[in-house]
Amino acid sequence: MKKIEISINGNKIEVPSNYTILEAARENGYRIPTLCHDDRLKPSGACRMCVVEVEGARSLVTSCSTPVRAGMVVKTNSDRVVNSRKTTLELLWADHNYDCLTCNKAGNCDLQDLCYEHDIDPLDGPYIKYSSNHVDKTNEFYIFDEDKCILCGKCVRACSELEGVGAITFSGRGHHTHISHPFEKEMLLSDCVSCGTCVSVCPTGALMEKTNAKFRNWDIDKKVKTTCTYCGVGCQLELVVHDNKVVRIDAPADSINKGITCVKGKFGYKFIDRDDRLKMPLIRKKGKLVESSWDEAYDLIASKMTSTLENYGPDSFAALSSARCTNEENYILQKLFRGVIKTNNVDHCARL
Amino acid sequence: MSLVRSHVLICGGTGCTSSGSISIHEKFEECIKKFGLDKEVKVVKTGCFGLCEAGPIVVVYPEGAFYSHVKVEDIERITEEHLYKGRIVKDLLFKQALEGDVIKSVNEVQFYKKQKRVVLKNCGVINPEVIEEYIAFDGYKALGKVVTEMTQQEVVDEIKKSGLRGRGGGGFPTGLKWQFTLDAIGKEKYVACNADEGDPGAFMDRSVLEGDPHSVIEAMAIAGYAIGASKGFIYIRAEYPIAVERLEIALAQAKELGVIGDNIFSTDFSFDLEIRLGAGAFVCGEETALIESIEGRRGMPRPRPPFPANKGIFQMPTLLNNVETYANITQIILNGAEWFRSIGTEKSPGTKVFALGGKINNTGLVEIPMGMTLREVIYDIGGGIPNGKAFKAVQTGGPSGGCLTYKHLDEQITYDNLVRLGSMMGSGGMIVLDEDNCMVDVARFFLDFTVDESCGKCTPCREGTKRMLELLNKICDGKGEIEDIARLENLAVNIKDSSLCGLGQTAPNPVLSTIKNFRHEYISHIEDKKCEAGVCKALLKVTITDKCIGCTACTKVCPVDCISGSRKEMHVIDQNLCIKCGACIEKCPVNAIILK
Amino acid sequence: MKSLDELAKIREKALKKVSTRNSDKKVRIVVGMATCGISAGARPVLNALVEEVNKRELVDVEVTQTGCIGICRLEPIFEVYQNGEKVTYVNMTAEKAREVVANHIVNGNVVSKYTIGAYEK
Repeated sequence: MKKIEISINGNKIEVPSNYTILEAARENGYRIPTLCHDDRLKPSGACRMCVVEVEGARSLVTSCSTPVRAGMVVKTNSDRVVNSRKTTLELLWADHNYDCLTCNKAGNCDLQDLCYEHDIDPLDGPYIKYSSNHVDKTNEFYIFDEDKCILCGKCVRACSELEGVGAITFSGRGHHTHISHPFEKEMLLSDCVSCGTCVSVCPTGALMEKTNAKFRNWDIDKKVKTTCTYCGVGCQLELVVHDNKVVRIDAPADSINKGITCVKGKFGYKFIDRDDRLKMPLIRKKGKLVESSWDEAYDLIASKMTSTLENYGPDSFAALSSARCTNEENYILQKLFRGVIKTNNVDHCARL
Repeated sequence: MSLVRSHVLICGGTGCTSSGSISIHEKFEECIKKFGLDKEVKVVKTGCFGLCEAGPIVVVYPEGAFYSHVKVEDIERITEEHLYKGRIVKDLLFKQALEGDVIKSVNEVQFYKKQKRVVLKNCGVINPEVIEEYIAFDGYKALGKVVTEMTQQEVVDEIKKSGLRGRGGGGFPTGLKWQFTLDAIGKEKYVACNADEGDPGAFMDRSVLEGDPHSVIEAMAIAGYAIGASKGFIYIRAEYPIAVERLEIALAQAKELGVIGDNIFSTDFSFDLEIRLGAGAFVCGEETALIESIEGRRGMPRPRPPFPANKGIFQMPTLLNNVETYANITQIILNGAEWFRSIGTEKSPGTKVFALGGKINNTGLVEIPMGMTLREVIYDIGGGIPNGKAFKAVQTGGPSGGCLTYKHLDEQITYDNLVRLGSMMGSGGMIVLDEDNCMVDVARFFLDFTVDESCGKCTPCREGTKRMLELLNKICDGKGEIEDIARLENLAVNIKDSSLCGLGQTAPNPVLSTIKNFRHEYISHIEDKKCEAGVCKALLKVTITDKCIGCTACTKVCPVDCISGSRKEMHVIDQNLCIKCGACIEKCPVNAIILK
Repeated sequence: MKSLDELAKIREKALKKVSTRNSDKKVRIVVGMATCGISAGARPVLNALVEEVNKRELVDVEVTQTGCIGICRLEPIFEVYQNGEKVTYVNMTAEKAREVVANHIVNGNVVSKYTIGAYEK
């Protein structure tokens, strides 16, 4: 791509000509705050946080949607820009639920961070507080709290642009605008497949996982990057660990699955701590399953397989592997059966 | 052989239709039959004459006799006296059509005399439902000329030379827009017409579509030829049923006659038009929201760039102009760019249609050459302020515009001048305010509208206008603080600077311009808790003056029992209890109780 | 629509039908149509004038009515206004009216024998 020269905050930089101002700024170390922007989504220009001053433009422009132009002179932090961002934040904050103390999103909330960064006084607003008191809890895995929604529209766009589902939309006009499902019905009755992508992209606590885990985002021990075990796609997930327990699944946007999950990957992790989860091998003894050691179990399997092979031949074996295994595991399994046991009776569910 | 010697033109615009022109039409047909004149007199339903205040309007040709406020009972007399006996019924004429004993024809009436009708030239003259009448007045001649004699670039150049600017409000040079769309690359291109007129009190586009729908259809075909589009969309609000109907009839006739369709005038040029109905969201008048709506989505603006000229309807290059802009096109093609430039001013050539409303005698639609002063429009054409009240302000540009004062009366009406004065041309609303209007309340009225009509997409417009309205309500309720003015100004500046589309970027204008020109009214609301114009109810007090005769009628009618006083003595209202319902004012036999 | 000629033909035909809607024409023929005029036979005169004007496609001629002109004994009467001058024709019939259109309006020769001047002598 051809490179062109633009100026940001008085410094000349060279950037590819198909960049937006935001891309150009970020790549060169200029921070521009955003709320509704997501690299994976088409720019929407809704939140107006990323406005910058462009010489010659009548009003401020959104850096997320405006392409660079040769010779463009951009200011990302002039008084005019900062004042505009502060006003925007004050307006969003004035219409937000003030419950950061108890909100699970605290510490991981873009709105909270930006309000902190811009010195928004949480109590000094002349405005009336409106509450819809509308919290939709009908979905099994997540809740939607309208009073925390800043209408950035990321969930709506992710649902339709990333997932191709289109279960959510805007409804109402002006100050009555809200996120809604078809015919203003509850979430459960929509086309929602509970993939949780909307939850992953929500910058505030409006869409949040249902959880009983008590943890603050700043107390998280670690995030473990892993491959989802449910199917063979290989989605990358981050297990959020607190107190040696998985308390949430995040989906990093820079991974192979671009942060998109399915219901299982995003929400199907609670089995990890279930008491009835199988942790040791069980051997049926006198009609009853009895816990055994791994060595005992392996010995039993090996002896049974050897004797069966001797008595009945290789074709008495069949192997059924699982899509939940990795490619490598599946490869080893078929190698074992073809190379060691010498049968081609190998299949795979591939239907999970 | 035709014996028709007289045409009775009856206004069929929305204004006159709602004041009963349909039954007038029927009655005329009936009376004309009764007098045996049905072969000699033709009754024609036309579009708007512009003087809606005087409706229903009937004009009888060849005399051009201008009857106003016509009632069904008058028709028999008009038929007998005028059509049968040839005596114009003077007492039924529009009052300005009669000077002493001299009858003035419709074109000589002061209201029309100062106007220059380019866009509205056929309105009130032709029957919009008969394509032949349009053709009689040079209809489709421009399209014929363009497709058979001119290249695409020549058409665009002619529009560029004319200096025509977008009549929807922005005033962007139309020719430039055409050039951008001609130059844009796309496997398909579209022409679109913005007929989603939504400013409160504005009805210019409605009247053009009701009175002369073919002028827009023809212009769109010309535009299609010029930019290389074979498909067009007219986006019109469903709340304009008469305009929609006439447009549908006109389009069907144009297709029937082959001026819209394949191989127009035996050339390679084919053009098809489709009517799309809007559901009445004001924001759908914003071009990108309109495009979203045409595509079948929720009408919310898109960020620009990309501009519609490059990526419009279905991501294809799209030329989008408003009704009035299109209505100028055929005239420019037929009479030339030079002719067009001879009207109006250098930077704002041509005419502009205004919907004149508010405190003015001649409410209605006027078309004036640009450069005319506000005074000429308000006093000469509009007939001044009724009831001897004093002029206070004129609001132009609808909810996006501002209020101008008597200081500005001698300023010229041009795009740049109105912006310089802190208002804007807008689509053409012009609301006159008198001493009885409270400017804080006027600002509140317009803001209330934009708050309702904001699409809710971007933060400053959705949240900011709502908060501004809150502050204005607070001031009108007598709870304002002096800091609120600065708060309003700060919000206004930032909403203007950072909103996504024109709706938000202009929504604070009525507030800013009233603060600028009528700051003292804000201050008196806040500090003195007074509304001089007597509009803001919370700031008014019901008081009993010494005219009171002590009849006790008020005490009996007061629903909260806050009036006390003995018989034959002056009564007193307890201001703490009074709910200002006004019942006592109505009841008082000597008008001793006032609201001030 | 095939050609500009086709459009011009439609226009020509349509123009005749709407030319009435022009209140500043060069020639005005005003027929006295008060009770006196009508009873003396002004209606056939009026109709003949309209028909003749239409037939000859005289788009710049307006035929209109007025009330009593004041000399009821000479009805039917009509007046021709042209270039600020007025010619009054009296005791008209449909035939005479056609003659006036042909000679006066079309050819510019006032038909003196029918004018009020000739009659009064």
